[in-house]
Amino acid sequence: MSTFLQQLINGISLGAIYSLIALGYTMVYGVLKLINFAHGDVYMVGAFMGYYLANGLGVRAAQAIGMSANGLVARGLLGSGDLQPSLVTALIVMLLAMAICAALGVIIERLAYRPVRKYSRLTALITAIGVSLLLENGGQVVFGADPKFFPELFKKRNIDLVGGASINSADVVVLIIALALMIGLQLVVYRSKTGRAMRAVSFNLQSAKLMGINTDRIIAFTFALGSALAAAAGVLVAIRIPRIDPLMGILVGLKAFVAAVLGGIGNIPGAMLGGLLIGITETMVVGYLSPTYKDAVAFAILILILLFRPSGLLGTVAQEKV
Amino acid sequence: MSRYLRTLIIVLIVLGVLYGVDIVFHGRLISPYFARIAMLSGIAITLAVSLNLINGFTGQFSIGHAGFMAVGAYSSAYFSVNYGVRLAESLGGGSLGWMVSLFLATIVGAVCAGFAGLVVGVPSLRLKGDYLAIVTLGFGQIIVVFLNNIEAVGGARGYSGIPIVKSFFWIFLIAILTIVVVYNIVHSAFGRALISIREDELAAEAMGVNTTRYKVMAFVISSAMAGAGGVLLAHFDGYLNPKSFEFIKSFEILIMIILGGLGSIVGSVLGAIVLTILPEALRGFAEYRMVIYSLLLIILMITRPQGLLGGNNALKIWRARRRARSAAAKAQIVDAPAESSSDRNPTENPPGKEHA
Repeated sequence: MSTFLQQLINGISLGAIYSLIALGYTMVYGVLKLINFAHGDVYMVGAFMGYYLANGLGVRAAQAIGMSANGLVARGLLGSGDLQPSLVTALIVMLLAMAICAALGVIIERLAYRPVRKYSRLTALITAIGVSLLLENGGQVVFGADPKFFPELFKKRNIDLVGGASINSADVVVLIIALALMIGLQLVVYRSKTGRAMRAVSFNLQSAKLMGINTDRIIAFTFALGSALAAAAGVLVAIRIPRIDPLMGILVGLKAFVAAVLGGIGNIPGAMLGGLLIGITETMVVGYLSPTYKDAVAFAILILILLFRPSGLLGTVAQEKV
Repeated sequence: MSRYLRTLIIVLIVLGVLYGVDIVFHGRLISPYFARIAMLSGIAITLAVSLNLINGFTGQFSIGHAGFMAVGAYSSAYFSVNYGVRLAESLGGGSLGWMVSLFLATIVGAVCAGFAGLVVGVPSLRLKGDYLAIVTLGFGQIIVVFLNNIEAVGGARGYSGIPIVKSFFWIFLIAILTIVVVYNIVHSAFGRALISIREDELAAEAMGVNTTRYKVMAFVISSAMAGAGGVLLAHFDGYLNPKSFEFIKSFEILIMIILGGLGSIVGSVLGAIVLTILPEALRGFAEYRMVIYSLLLIILMITRPQGLLGGNNALKIWRARRRARSAAAKAQIVDAPAESSSDRNPTENPPGKEHA
C-alpha cells in the first residue's frame, strides 16, 4: 500500500509537469492545427535558462533577496518554518525563464511558422521538425552536450505522510506551482478578452479574422503562453531531478504530446488530465514492472487511444464539413 | 512479346553492369574509401525512395523510417548469425552460398519490417491527420529502447559478429529494385489511388478509394523496403548499434527526400547521394553539421516548400501521358482541350503499363 501511495505521489508530481507541457501542444494545435514538435525543446531551453539564471544571479545573492522577504512565501504556502527562504529565488528564476521562453516562442512563430502558414500543413510540420532539431543541436553547441547539474534553489527534505509514504518538498512545490499556473491559464483562456479571442481563433480562424480579431497577434500570444508554461515545466523538472541536457526535451515532449492526444487534442482540461494519467501510469510501471520500459508506456497508451478513442478522453468528434 | 524481350534485355544489361562494377570494386581498382561512399549511397537510395512512397506520393507523414530499418537490420542479422553462416557454408562457402544466404536474410528483414509497419500503420492510418507522424516518431524511439535491452542481439553494446557481405552488386540491385517497384506502383492504378489520397483524402474516399487500405498497403511496402535497406546496412560493417537508428537517422532520410522534392523519385535518389557525400565534405564541421541541416531545412521550407526538384514530378508525367492519350483520341473527339505545354516528351511509359 505504501508503495502504491508513494508511486501515486511521484506520478502526480511527474504528471503535473507533463500536463504543463501538454497544454502548450494542445493550445497551438487548437489555433493552428500544427503539431509543434519544437515544444519539447522549448521546455529544454527553459530548464537551461533556469540553470544560467540561477547561476548568473548567484544562488547566494539570490538567497539574500529571498532573506529580505523572510520566507513569507514559503511559510505562507507550506506552514512549515524549516524550508529555506530561497524558495522566492526559485520563483524569480522560474518567472524569468518563462519570460525568456515566451519570447523564444514568439520568435519561432514569427520567423519559422508564419512564413509557411500559407503552404500545406505538411510543410509546417516539416518546419516544426526543423526548428526542433535546430534547438536540440544548437543547444548542444551553445550549452555543451554534457549534462549539467541544476543548482539547488531551496533545501529539499522529505515530509512523512500517513501510510508510510513520504513526499519531497520539491514535489510539493512542483504541485503547487503547476496548479497555480493551470488555474492562471484557465482564467486567461476563459475569463479574459484575449482568451476569448484565442477560443474564437481555435474555433474557426477565418471567421475570427472576419470578426476583426488580429489572428496573427492571437497566434503569437498562444505561442508565448505555451512556451512560458513549457519553461515553467523545465525549471520544475530541474528542481525535482537536477540533471539537465540538451536532448532532454525529445522524450518528454513526445510523452506530453501523447498526453495531449489522450485528453483530446485542442482541449485544455483534457491536456491536464492526460498529463496526470500518463505520469501516474509511468511511475506505476516503474514501481511494479520494470523501469526499463517506462518510455514504452506512453507509446502503448497512444496506440490504444488511437485504436479505441481517437478523439481523446475529453475531446469531441469533429464533424468534417465539405 | 517484344516488350518482354526488351525488358529482359534491360534486366540482363543492368545485372551485367552491376556485376562488372562489383568486380572493379572487389579488385580494389578504385579507392576503398570511394567504394564505401558509393555503397552507402546505394543503401541511402533504397531508404529514401521507399520513404518517398509514403511521404511523397501518399502524402502521409512518417518520421520513423530508421525504426523499420532497425527492425530489418536486427532481424536479418539475427538470422544470418544463427542460420545464414551455416547455410552459406553448407552451400560451399563460396560467393553463391553467401548470395543465397543474403537473399534469405533480406527476405527475413523485409518481412519483419513490413510486419512492424502493419502493426504501426493500422491504428494510425485509420485516422486522418498527423497521427502517423507522432506514432512513427514514438515507434522509432521505442524500438531503440527495446534494442538496448534485448541481450540476444547485444543490447546497448551493439550486435557484432554479423557476417560481412559487402557487395556493390547486391546493394545496388536492391536499390534499383526499390526504384523500379516504387516507379511501377506510382504509375499504376494503385499509385493513382495513393496520389488521389495525397491530393484530397475526402474526395478520394468519395470516389470509392478505400483510403485506409491503400494507405496501410503503401506504408507496409515502404516499411519492408526500409527493412531491406537495414539488411544491407547490417551486413555492411558486420556490426550494429541501437544508437545508429535513433531519430537523427530518420531525420536524415527525411531530409534526403525533402531536399530532392517530395514525390520525385529522381529527386530522392539525388538527395540520397548528396546527403551521403555532404557529411564527408563537411567532416571539419562535424558538430555543426546537424545545425546546418536543420537551418537548411527551415530555409528550404520557407523559400521552396516543394523541394529542389519537387513539383509533383510523377503527377506531371501522368498528366503528360493522359494528354498524349487524349491527343491520340482526337480523331473521335472534336474539341480536345487546347494544349499549351505539350512540348514535353510524353513517351515515358513504364514497361508493362500499356492498356487499351
